[in-house]
Amino acid sequence: MSGLRGATAVVGTGLTAFGSLPERSARENLAEAATRALADAGIGKDEVDGLFTSNFPETFSCLHAAEYLGLSPAVFDGTNIGGSAYVNQLQHAAAAINAGLCEVALIAMGSNTRSKLKQTGVIDAPREQFAYSDEYKPRAPMNAYALAAARHMYEYGTTREHLAEVAVAARRWAQLNPRAMRRDPLTIEEVLAAKMVCDPLSALDCCLIADAGAAVVLVGAERARQLPQQTPVYLLGVGVAMTHSGIAQMPDLTTTAAVESGRRAFEMAGLAPKDVDVVELYDAFTINTILFLEDLGFCRKGEGGAFVSGGNIAPGGGLPVNTNGGGLSCVHPGMYGLMLIVECVEQLRGQCGERQVQGAEIALCNGNGGHLSSQATAIFGLESAL
Amino acid sequence: MMSIPAFDDQGPDRQYAAFLAAGEFRIQQCEKCRRHVFYPRLVCPHCGNAELRWVMAAGRGVVYSTSVPRGGGQGDYNISLIDLEEGPRMLSRVVDVAPDAVHIGMPVRAFIGEIDDRVVVLFRPDGDAAR
Repeated sequence: MSGLRGATAVVGTGLTAFGSLPERSARENLAEAATRALADAGIGKDEVDGLFTSNFPETFSCLHAAEYLGLSPAVFDGTNIGGSAYVNQLQHAAAAINAGLCEVALIAMGSNTRSKLKQTGVIDAPREQFAYSDEYKPRAPMNAYALAAARHMYEYGTTREHLAEVAVAARRWAQLNPRAMRRDPLTIEEVLAAKMVCDPLSALDCCLIADAGAAVVLVGAERARQLPQQTPVYLLGVGVAMTHSGIAQMPDLTTTAAVESGRRAFEMAGLAPKDVDVVELYDAFTINTILFLEDLGFCRKGEGGAFVSGGNIAPGGGLPVNTNGGGLSCVHPGMYGLMLIVECVEQLRGQCGERQVQGAEIALCNGNGGHLSSQATAIFGLESAL
Repeated sequence: MMSIPAFDDQGPDRQYAAFLAAGEFRIQQCEKCRRHVFYPRLVCPHCGNAELRWVMAAGRGVVYSTSVPRGGGQGDYNISLIDLEEGPRMLSRVVDVAPDAVHIGMPVRAFIGEIDDRVVVLFRPDGDAAR
């Protein structure tokens, strides 16, 4: 069992409002979330000696954030592998703390993707070139996910109704979350009838575009127990994996690197899918939820469509998935992975109000990045899990 | 320093483009592990070997997955992943057929065409294979 199991804990979370924040810059959103997270932890900013951030289209995210917040970190990491970046950074932060390189790690992000889209008409997306693909003008990134969905349908009989179940479940959770952007009722029929964006995905199979910031503070377990303000939420396992950058090089469009990242995280945690009480999956598109439920072992490969049917992942279903409303109905600020961590922590702390999963002791999140390219899985638990 | 001939030549991106401009769709084959490689690379992604030779692509493939991006302002077109007979998979368009009539498992045949004046490999349904 890895020395990282239970060696660190999240002791602070911070979020901005989600939605349209046209009067705010991306860095201001990061700064608000970071400040809220530190206040939540009861830790001063001068104690932060590890900084972890990433935000496309920036390259120098760490430099900008450290300067803005007035930090002098001894450890920093701005690795960008897409929206999974922050779960990946959770691994790096935990390792750095465990190695004695830093004591207080701040993972933070801020985005104003929605407002920039409104102002410029262009999504503030990463300016990546995907080798031998861009000249054909696939509509990035949804085209990659549409191709994966089409192949999953072909191999396993997954249907657009199955995909719609994912969107409707996310909306039902969002209706219980005052912070969520989309809370109006949604039906399977409405998802099916929505404008097609990239066959077989309709507009309602695609995530939101939001302005938002999020942050968490991670410290060593010993320090966590000395902080009186919050129940420590321990990092029990974390694993990452990647398979490709462009979708043409993905070995199998129906199986993601979450098989490996999940295996690594579960092995470190000494846990299995049956032990998990609440699941947060990076649902940039409805197919993601189905793929990750399968790849992480919550159901067998090919059975994800049936698994999500009948409201099984919605409130009151068999497995609570994407309890904040997900990227589909709560928030998606270009890179969403940090919100997954925050929701895991708040669920385990029992702070989630109407959407609270009663008695939740183990939470899992899976961050996705690029075009199903990188996966990062983290498993959290309370003191009882140590 | 060890001399590796592949590192002294024009890079494979440029070589591929020159073949394409001359009307040839070529892919690479590794001299060591014998596997075919696309897109063009300086080293074999399978075994790491730097000796890759250019071979003519047979041009036959099968649609692995397919999609139609909508509402981009240029009319609907097809985006597919094609499994080449030699093994590698590539992203392209299947044309000469309605974009949403392309289906997974469809045999297709490569040809050299253009998108916005850029020379690219495109595919059309393979009539011979369909018969």
